Amino acid sequence: MIMSGAVAEAEIPVRTTARGKRSSLTRSRIRAAWAFIAPSLIVLALIAGWPLLRTIWFSFTDANLNDLSDYKIIGFENYLAKYDDEWFGVLTEPDWWRSVWNTVWFTLVSVSIETMLGIVVALILNAAFPGRGLMRAIILIPWAIPTIVSAKMWNWMLHDQFGVINDMLLRIGLIAAPITWTANPDTALWTAVMVDVWKHTSFMALLILAALQMLPQDIYEAAKVDGVSPVRVFFRVTLPLIKPALLVAVIFRSLDALRVFDLIYVLTSNSKDTASMSVYARQQLVDFQEVGLGSAASTLIFLIIALLVVITLAAGRVRLGEDPR
Amino acid sequence: MADVVLKNVQKSFGRMKVIHGVDLDIRDGEFVVFVGPSGCGKSTLLRLIAGLEDITAGDLFIGNERVNDLVPAKRGIAMVFQSYALYPHMNVYDNMAFGLELAKSSKPEIDAKVREAARMLQIEQLLDRKPRQLSGGQRQRVAIGRAIVRDPKVFLFDEPLSNLDAALRVQTRIEIAKLHTDTRATMIYVTHDQVEAMTLADRIVVLNGGRIEQVGTPLELYHRPANLFVAGFIGSPQMNFIECRVAGTGPDEVLVDLPSGGTLAVPALPDGIRPGDSVTLGVRPDHVRIGPEGTLTGRVELVEELGENHLLYVDVGGGRRLTIREPGDARHMVGSTVTLDLARESCHLFRSSGEVLPSRTGTASPPLSSPGLASATS
Repeated sequence: MIMSGAVAEAEIPVRTTARGKRSSLTRSRIRAAWAFIAPSLIVLALIAGWPLLRTIWFSFTDANLNDLSDYKIIGFENYLAKYDDEWFGVLTEPDWWRSVWNTVWFTLVSVSIETMLGIVVALILNAAFPGRGLMRAIILIPWAIPTIVSAKMWNWMLHDQFGVINDMLLRIGLIAAPITWTANPDTALWTAVMVDVWKHTSFMALLILAALQMLPQDIYEAAKVDGVSPVRVFFRVTLPLIKPALLVAVIFRSLDALRVFDLIYVLTSNSKDTASMSVYARQQLVDFQEVGLGSAASTLIFLIIALLVVITLAAGRVRLGEDPR
Repeated sequence: MADVVLKNVQKSFGRMKVIHGVDLDIRDGEFVVFVGPSGCGKSTLLRLIAGLEDITAGDLFIGNERVNDLVPAKRGIAMVFQSYALYPHMNVYDNMAFGLELAKSSKPEIDAKVREAARMLQIEQLLDRKPRQLSGGQRQRVAIGRAIVRDPKVFLFDEPLSNLDAALRVQTRIEIAKLHTDTRATMIYVTHDQVEAMTLADRIVVLNGGRIEQVGTPLELYHRPANLFVAGFIGSPQMNFIECRVAGTGPDEVLVDLPSGGTLAVPALPDGIRPGDSVTLGVRPDHVRIGPEGTLTGRVELVEELGENHLLYVDVGGGRRLTIREPGDARHMVGSTVTLDLARESCHLFRSSGEVLPSRTGTASPPLSSPGLASATS
């Protein structure tokens, strides 16, 4: 009791100073902090805040790309509206929902494959072998190439008539006729996944490699003395210890994959079978000149990704907050 | 329980040879300590025994079985690392049980072993904690517990106390000594701390540059060092060394000229030493007395008070400085001149090659002093 009384007494003056008069040193520090933060806040507001707010604003209008100054506010009609017992709006469009499904499927499959391959590559690069430094550099090349370039490159390699891949498969007799990789609905999204995996596995591997190199080596010697098999050591020791870094990598890649546009657009243009959410929004906005509808789709993408970020961060905080050491 | 025998064990990393043929015979239940300066190969030797490094040449036997080609887990050893090497994401219980889960032990068996070890080490209340929630001393006890549950034939300790603070080090040292008394397991312990070596060991192996300098009981090493290196390495403060010239030899004594002009008759067999040869006289700080009479005089340069005793650093001319330990508080000021008396019975003479001259009793050269024990080779 005496203790808690003393603590309470000690707390009161601290609070009053914090709320009341701040010392001149504290005030000048706060001023300096604002001075440093202000430029980036202004830039962010101009390049991210303004376009975002404008997009959300347009999503409540019937604006057309022909004349952006002539529009009227129509409320939620771009999202959902009812005329003569019939529903309209983005949320009723099968094409929209197809693009949502395409994006989610693409994200799940490509990020899963990239994670597993990334772990394998990272484990290999973590082992000591001659030429390891060179290998680490080489593996980063696909990641360093701009997506638009690598997508175009793969487009040519996968071309149904002149593509080198069909040619090779024909020569070794694996296929009888050329495959239209990017046009066939059965293969198009898988093709996009493959190119994405080719490009981003090295990013995953790099993040995982960094985590692997942080691991203490002595526990592996202890496991050796204990006679624990390498497979068991991987699943019981290595994997739990790199899990926080792995989660961060998966979150980064997932958020990236959910926004996918350039890869799919270059590989398959506006095909409904492969269109991602971003491709759908662009089509509405640019091809059909429906700024209102396109903005509504964009706003929905923003909401979906924002929701997923909040969920992953909330889920991640529980586990990421726990320092494995 | 097993003995550990090393026969001409060698280790090279690439072209660098770090262990130059070590012969050592560690008896069942013995507590052997490897000491030496950093880089002497003591940790490498332990890792060779553990199987964490491959033996380049020679043979290693544990319990009469040649284990050169056996993986660590099959050698019947357990190892305690300097850095504890606990699995950071597992609690104390799992850290101890993890290695047992694949040894075909049943759950209740594992549970009994872990709880027994926890009881021995008084960490029962910590079983649910993660390593990061433990103090250094507790972590090291968990690491020792993990070794105990394996019920090994041989315990290997790699500088287990180096990361602990002084008070904890003494306490954990006592616990390790108790563990040895309780289990009677063979223990091999690496340290650079000679106090740990002296207090824990049945026998100490002094290593230097990948070779064994001397093997013997702590007191053998202290009282009858085989060479200059061991004489200088064991004992703190270090033994005093004085370069001298031999003045004459008797049947069981050697007369040496001291730098200040006096002559000292050191009891030692000449063993080929002739007058005029240069030798090194070694005498511990405790065996130099300040008295009214003596063979050396010098000026006190520095006094270090330690409470129960004090150290005097005395300049005896020619840049030579002797360390003297006397009980109680210092009675001599810096700058005063003192007369020093060397206890000749406690003096050692070393040839210019570093080897000690055999003493009168004939048991002076400790590599051969313990029959059937290891000796330095190469």
